[in-house]
Formats: sequence, C-alpha cells, structure tokens
Amino acid sequence: MHAVSDVWVYLSASPLLWLTLTLAAYVAAHSLYVRLRASPLANPVAIAVAILVALLMATHTSYQTFFDGAQFVHFLLGPAVVALAIPLRENIAAVRRALLPMAAALFAGALTAIVSAVAVAWALGADPVTIKSLIPKSVTAPIAMGIAQEIGGVPSLTAALVILTGIIGAMIGSPLLDLMGIKQAAARGFALGTAAHGMGTARSFQESQIAGTFAGIAMGFNGFLTAILVPLLLSVT
Amino acid sequence: MIAAFVALLGCQLIGEVLVHLAGLPFPGPVLGMLLLFVFLTFRPEIPRPLRVASYTLLDHLSLLFVPAGTGIMLHFGRIRTEWLPIIAALLVSTILTIMVTAAVFRLLSPGDEKSET
Repeated sequence: MHAVSDVWVYLSASPLLWLTLTLAAYVAAHSLYVRLRASPLANPVAIAVAILVALLMATHTSYQTFFDGAQFVHFLLGPAVVALAIPLRENIAAVRRALLPMAAALFAGALTAIVSAVAVAWALGADPVTIKSLIPKSVTAPIAMGIAQEIGGVPSLTAALVILTGIIGAMIGSPLLDLMGIKQAAARGFALGTAAHGMGTARSFQESQIAGTFAGIAMGFNGFLTAILVPLLLSVT
Repeated sequence: MIAAFVALLGCQLIGEVLVHLAGLPFPGPVLGMLLLFVFLTFRPEIPRPLRVASYTLLDHLSLLFVPAGTGIMLHFGRIRTEWLPIIAALLVSTILTIMVTAAVFRLLSPGDEKSET
C-alpha cells in the first residue's frame, strides 16, 4: 500500500501520467465512435472529456496538474492549423470557383452566430459576463479568448463554451444538413466551419476532404471577421 | 517527417512574430497557414512528407481539443446556475448559424454544382 502511494506521488508530479491518459481517453472514445459507425452523436471529444473529468474528480487532481501533461497535445493545435494549407492548396480550384458564395455565407453566418447567441442568452436572463463570454463561441479558441478578454468576458469560460459549441456543431451538423437537403460538400463544410470552428472542421474531414477544406477556410475567416465585427457591434449598441 | 515539422512550426513561428509585431487581431497559426499556402503555390507539387505529416495531424484534429475541453470542469459552478441560458443559446445559435450559412452558400452557388463535388 505504501509503495502504491509512493508511485502515485511520483506520477502525479510528472506530465507522463496525464499525457498518457489524455491519449488513452481519446483512443477509447475514438474506438467507440468507430464502433458506432462514425455516428456524429458519439462525438469523440465529448466522450474523452467526460472520461477525463470523471478521472480528475475521482482522484482530486487539479486541472493545472492535468494540463501540465496534456499541454503537449494542446500545443499541436498550432501546427495543425498551419497544416490546413495543404488541403487548401490541393483544392484551390474548387475554392476559387466558390469565392462569392463563401464571402456572403461567411458574413451571414458570423452575424447570425453573434446575434442569436446574445438574443437567446439575454432573453433567458443570463449574467452579462456570461453573455460577453458567449459572444465569440463559434470562433476558434485562441481568437475567441482574445475577443472575450477585450469585451469583458472570461477567457477560460469562453474556451469551455467554444468547445461545447464545437461538440454541438459536430453532433447535430451532419443530420441537420441532411435534413435541409444540402448535398454539396463545399456548402456542408463551410457551414460547419463557420458555426463550429475546428471541431466542425474535424467532423467535415470525416465527411470528405473537400468539406474539410471549406470548413478550414470558414474557420480561419470567421475568426478574422468576428474579431472585427464584435467590437463594431458593441460600439453601435 | 522532421523537415515537414520544421516547415509547419516554422510557418507558425513566422506567423506569431508577424502578428505580434503588427498587432493583428488573429492568431499566429492562421497567418502561418496563409504563409505556407503562399509558399506552396510556388512549388509544382506538395512535398510528400509534408503532405503525410499534415494529414496525420488533420485526421486527428479532434484529439487536439481534448485538453482545452477538459477545462470545462473549472466552470461547472457557473454552468450549473446558468445552464438553461447557456445551453439554449449554444444550441439555438449553432443550429441557426449552420442553417443560414449553408442556405446562403447554396443560394449563391453556380447551379450545376449542387451535387456532390
């Protein structure tokens, strides 16, 4: 028993344990996702997060201790965004043909995301700080956190809301687009990337490379547009 | 493979430096993506290792959101007291955004491209 607690003390001070468990939770979640035939409802991020939160709470481990290990995975988000240049380059012909629908859809989508989130939260009596943290929820996390900071929201709450939005978008996106009869891969990906940033993009890459490419473009430009729109809208109201 | 990572991280690094120097409102990696894209347009084809490394990362993009997503545990208190406005706002807004974006995109797409590309 003594030896076990010694090992626990050693492991809980090293990044190895939580890095391994982060990867293991994802492998478990992903194999469940595959077993359920890639059903969008079996979202791998939601399942992996649920496993990890349960583990952290059961072992009374702080998020900071967890993140000391998980940061190595988190870090790869940067190069992964850069890597979106490859599908963009490979599908540039299709992208060029869709410049007009992309520009119009992006503008409409970015405005809808901001206005509808504020309207619903305000109507249901959310705290002003919560509303401000909600505003950039469709945008990729680093940009969203910057926007939240600037307008008086809580950046780390925004990060959590961004991920929740991503999970919702990845879960309902494909069935919703099926219901609307949207078959065009470019339109499907672009809608998911605009509404649900990187997680919508991850889901789109599961549908097709074209969908993923358009989702990646939408994610990048929606971040850019929302960063400009939000301060503008707030100065008007 | 290592050269591919140097290319990806190098573009991110240049992107971060430029964003900080110029005070741009978006993150370094997004600018890094545009830089890599511009570099690639000058090449006849994409180097194979770079292609493999990039698609390996993109195929597992979901994994990379797990650490930040677990941070939701820090906000259980606020989410518990305001769960209704938060969940309703996220659900309604995400559904509307997907519908509006897809509808506008379809409306303005050239007619013969409506089917699978």
